[in-house]
Amino acid sequence: MTTAAKSELNSKDNVAKGGPVIVIEHLFKRFGKNVVLKDFNLTVHEEENVVVMGKSGAGKSVLIKCIIGLLKPDSGKILVFGDNVPDLDPDELDKVRTKIGFLFQANALYDSMTVRENLEFPLRRHWIDLTQRQVDEMVSEALDNVGLKNTVDMMPAELSGGMLKRVALARTLILKPEIILYDEPTTGLDPVTSREIDSLILKLQKKYHTSSIVISHDMNCVKNIADRVILLLDGICYANGTYDELEHSTDEKIKQFFEQ
Amino acid sequence: MAIIEDTQDFLDETGSMAKFTGHFFSHGLRPRFEVKELFAQCYTIGYKSFPLIGLTGFIMGLVLTMQLRPSLVSYGVQSELPVMVGIAIVREIGPVITALIFAGKIGSSIGAELGSMKVTEQIDAMEVSGTNPYKYLVATRVLATTLMLPILTILGDAVSLLGAYIGVNLSSTTSLHFFFTQVFQSLSFSDILPAIIKTFFFGFAVGIIGCYKGFNSSKGTQGVGISANSAVVLSSVLIFIIDLLAVQFTNLLGLN
Repeated sequence: MTTAAKSELNSKDNVAKGGPVIVIEHLFKRFGKNVVLKDFNLTVHEEENVVVMGKSGAGKSVLIKCIIGLLKPDSGKILVFGDNVPDLDPDELDKVRTKIGFLFQANALYDSMTVRENLEFPLRRHWIDLTQRQVDEMVSEALDNVGLKNTVDMMPAELSGGMLKRVALARTLILKPEIILYDEPTTGLDPVTSREIDSLILKLQKKYHTSSIVISHDMNCVKNIADRVILLLDGICYANGTYDELEHSTDEKIKQFFEQ
Repeated sequence: MAIIEDTQDFLDETGSMAKFTGHFFSHGLRPRFEVKELFAQCYTIGYKSFPLIGLTGFIMGLVLTMQLRPSLVSYGVQSELPVMVGIAIVREIGPVITALIFAGKIGSSIGAELGSMKVTEQIDAMEVSGTNPYKYLVATRVLATTLMLPILTILGDAVSLLGAYIGVNLSSTTSLHFFFTQVFQSLSFSDILPAIIKTFFFGFAVGIIGCYKGFNSSKGTQGVGISANSAVVLSSVLIFIIDLLAVQFTNLLGLN
């Protein structure tokens, strides 16, 4: 890890955060007979990084897709800045989505578009009154944030895994969201690139004062990023605490995740 | 029992496709319209398909003429060759063959493209970016296929008749003017209009099935391949069914 990255990681404070930005109450979601979330509850505060861990298929991605309105829960409330996401009509949902960024596990960059077009796409959709100059400036700033200014005219297929993740992060941040949902941001990346992504997430969080929910299996990522760790097991919030608290837990189910 | 399960699957699929089509009309055709993307799709789907449609149309006209000639010669009515070829191409062979080639090229392309976008979460990313995928991806593609296929059919028919003219001239000498005068004198609006109108339905079928299969692609590259393949198969079958219904309908209206 670079000295700068180490310094960024070490300086991450775990101070008490502001008011709640996401409140999830009694969330239920099933697919056929498979109940994925059953009475799940969670509160995320301003500028807080909450990492959600759990086994594959435990419903972690389902949870954040419910938050952004890609999936509709069977019952329960998902309040984002006070708006109950499942009750919103498409226009209201679009407004809420401008405040939420979503980093997809597989990046989900549009492979028929250049990096510039990928970044311009959400801008043009949400802020239709922007001039080309403003758009160019925002694209440039977003790419500068992730250190990839020189890739602006490249196609996603020309980029490495780490670069794709950075561009996806730039696209997520371009609308200056107040909340960012990360779906396994370091999966499939080598340890060095993973640490770079971790430090980038923290750097950008400090710069834009965002709140985050991070889905991750990567214990280094969890340790580096998390203000609070949630263990999602059997559809419920099985454990909730800091990384250190959970790491030293005597509960067998929790210990499984922290054993190397 | 396998037959019961298959029937149930078929009915499920039909219901799901009907729902998708309903969603296209209820959500896809509302403002705000994706005009820029529609033009981009018209260019890709229409303009870029013309070389293939033109080439196959030309060969079809040429071969049809060469195949028909011996039969007509044996009856001593070879002078009617332009009339027969003209009617066959304009009324039936042109629209159907063009639609089948279109389904093979565009149906598979839409199925694979949207299937790939689905499995790599690009469609979800689009939705999160404040874009309705039905409007941006489905409505533009379905409208483009619906509008472009009739134009391609007219152009394909024209190239096909040119191929037929060359076919006629392989064993006799006929002027271009005489050939086309014979062709157009034998055709009426009741030949041309129903043939063109049905191509709007062919185009709609190719577009909506390609989009449906792509949107419902299962995870993985295998799923994308299956989507592309089934989009072509299903739209080809539907083209024949629509053709059959169109013939029945024009018969009912007394247009034949």
